[in-house]
This record gives sequence, C-alpha cells and structure tokens, in this order.
Amino acid sequence: MTEMDETAEIHSQSRPRLPRGVRLRRDEARGRWTLLAPERIFEIDATAAAVLELCDGERDLKTIVAELAQRYTAPPDAIEKDVAAMLADLKAKRVLET
Amino acid sequence: MNAHTPPPPAPPVGLLVELTHRCPLGCPYCSNPLALERPGAELDGETWKRVFSEAAALGALHVHLSGGEPTARRDIVDLTRHASQGGLYTNLITSGIGVGEKLTNELADAGLDHAQLSFQGADKETNDRLGHYKGSWEKKRAFAAHVIKAGLPLTINAVIHRANLHQVPAFIDLAVELGARRLEVAHTQYYGWALQNRAALMPPRKEVEESIALVEAARVRLKGELVIDMVIPDYYARYPKPCAGGWGRVAIDVSPSGKALPCHAAESIPGLEFWNVRDHSLADIWRLNPAFTAFRGTDWMREPCRSCERREIDWGGCRCQAMALTGDARNADPACHKSPDHERIVATAMAESESGDSALRFRSYKTEKAEA
Repeated sequence: MTEMDETAEIHSQSRPRLPRGVRLRRDEARGRWTLLAPERIFEIDATAAAVLELCDGERDLKTIVAELAQRYTAPPDAIEKDVAAMLADLKAKRVLET
Repeated sequence: MNAHTPPPPAPPVGLLVELTHRCPLGCPYCSNPLALERPGAELDGETWKRVFSEAAALGALHVHLSGGEPTARRDIVDLTRHASQGGLYTNLITSGIGVGEKLTNELADAGLDHAQLSFQGADKETNDRLGHYKGSWEKKRAFAAHVIKAGLPLTINAVIHRANLHQVPAFIDLAVELGARRLEVAHTQYYGWALQNRAALMPPRKEVEESIALVEAARVRLKGELVIDMVIPDYYARYPKPCAGGWGRVAIDVSPSGKALPCHAAESIPGLEFWNVRDHSLADIWRLNPAFTAFRGTDWMREPCRSCERREIDWGGCRCQAMALTGDARNADPACHKSPDHERIVATAMAESESGDSALRFRSYKTEKAEA
C-alpha cells in the first residue's frame, strides 16, 4: 500500500533532483556507480545512473523519459513505468526529491 | 595461497582526518588521545591536499574533516574545496564554535556536502557545562541556522552518558527544531579521555535500556522527517562493535601531524609502528604499514574469537578496548559476552554507574602537561 502511494508521487510533471548532500559518483575502484549521502553509500546500477544524470530539477519526468527512449530506442510508455518506480524507491530512501 | 604474500586489501571507504587537535571545547569524553598533538606539529595544507588526492585514487569515497575543531585551521575552505573537487564526499565534523555565516557559506561554495554539529547537552546549562565553554549553546544554534540557510544537510551529534542520558528526548526535539535530517545518539565509548572519566560518565543499565526504547519509538514517530542513528554502550551489549568496521578494512585515520592510524585510538596499543603520510603514500600505508596489517583479517585472533561464528562480523571487537581492559590487544574485546573478562567489566561498569562520582576531568593541553 505504502509503496503504491510513493510510486504515485512520481508523475510525468515531477522534476526529480538529487538534494544537496547526495552525490552521484562513479566508484572506479570497485567498478560500480554509487549515491553518496551522509554516512551512507547506496550502490546503483548503470541504468539508474544514466537516469539520475538527467535528474537536474529542470527536466520533468516526461522529458527524461523522452531522452531515454531516444537513446535506447525503446517505447516511452515502458520506460516511464520502470523509471518512475526506480525514482519512487530512491525518494523513499530520501536520496531524491521531486 | 602463500601466507607471506596476502592478497591486496580491499580499498578503504572513508578517510577521517584530524586536521588539528586545537578545540575551544573541553569535553571530558573527547576522542582525541590523552597526549594531544601541538599546533606546531600539524601538517601543512599542501600535504593534506596530497593525502586527499591519494585517498580518492585509492578508492575512498567519504572524507570526514574532523579535529579537534577542524575550522580552527585557517585553510579549511581551501582544503574542503580540494577534497570536493577530487571527488570525495566531504563531511565537516564540528563544534560549530567560531563558524559564522560567512565561513559557512564559503564552505558550502567550496563544495561541502554535509555538516555534523555536536551538542554536549540539550539545554544551555548542560551543554555549556559539559563542553566546558560558556556561551557555546548560542553559538551552536547559530551555526545550525547558517547550515540550514546555506541549504546543506545537517546532522546533530549527541554523545550520551550519565550526566545527559535523561535528555535523549530533548535531543530529539532539538534536532527536529533545528531542521536536522539526522541525529546521532552516540553513547560514550570508553577510551582515552572517557576512560579516565568513566566513573562519572557510566550510565545505569536500566536507564540505558529505557533510552534505547525511547529512540526506537521516536524513529517510528519521525519516519521520513528525522533519521536517528544510535551507538549503544558496548559494556552492556552482548556482542562487541566491529572496531572501525574491522581493523584496516574500511577506514584510515590521519592525526594532525600526519600519523596514519587504523583507528583514532590506535596509539594506545604499544608496539605498533605508525607510518607518517609525510614519508609514505596512503596506498603503501594501507597495504604495507605493519600497524594496519597487525589486526587485519582473522589470522591474529585467539580464542574465543578464532572459532567464533561472528569472527567476520565483529572482527574481534575493539583492539584498543581489549588493550585497555585486559592488558593485551590480542584478546577478545571484553564487551563480548564470550570474553572471560566480560563479567568483571560489566560489574565494574554497574558499580561505577551507581557510584555518585561526578568529578569530571575536562580535556585540555594543560591537563596533559600537568600530568607529564
């Protein structure tokens, strides 16, 4: 129930961004992407990193999805569902704001 | 596998730098060593910058700019900028004293990611008495406001002991009021200064358990608003804390004069040779310095650690506590219920918690000198 509510919070007009104090960083020493937060490190996959690089607080979800659809030549509808779920998960962990 | 050529260790995650041991406060549980390093012995800025670059190249992700009071360094903004530009997540661990709005904004502009502000008490009287600094309450509150105004995330750190244990709910309210996203309720760890003051600081077990329950209830109530991290007093725990995440596994500390340490209290263990970052690269220190390899992994362990199913969870607990309380750093940390010394230290702690002793020895250069 809670999870569904949180997913619903991310919609096509949401403008997701990393809050101050959360950094997206490539961790070369361990061959992975990370989100760095106070006293915490979240490992994320390369796809999530590609999405988060577009989360600048300017682009809305619709724009982000359109860019990803073009880059990966995939249908926007399928992408939007996955991206919204992923962003909702990060928002619940308080490392993403909308 | 040849026992003489162990595989290279996994890279460190964090670098904790004690930029200086100078500090306006005199907390009686200070984590700095009893023998404080003099300002004249501190590394210069260029050396610190090289250390930050080496740490990032080695794989460190977080740098904790600590002290003493790290902003007592006149080059703190420059150091912060260098660390941040080098890709490190920068965390300032501060008393908040002497950090005005201008300096806070300069630090934010230099790329500071996060500030951790200590409070010694949750009201003016307690805070100023335990920090041994009159007027620090107002200065800390002002700093918290500067941090929030600059848009930086704020953590409040409260070290807990017998004299302020009753204030745990007030610390939680204070953190919410100041706009902190995170609160550390950190029970005192009894090494160095805190060990000297243990009789006056050790809290009664029952009150500790009550405070833990309070924090757990607050976590539920404040979910989504405030994260509360808790360090429980290990004398009353069943298992010990993995010292610094395991000796030589996660973190490197560097003292003001450049000594690389597996943990901030490591110098309390006799016979260890600490290399200096002036003479060695951080990569060489991490891999080869005998002080880092001494208790890395599990080969050094005796019983009950050697055959314990938790040996790679607890890593034997804290070596410095084993040294301080049993006289031998290779013994199990007596915080562990499997240690033959456990019952004795718990009995001592419980007796001290009821002793009524309230004489505190505040941290200072002077005290150390008077003793020498």
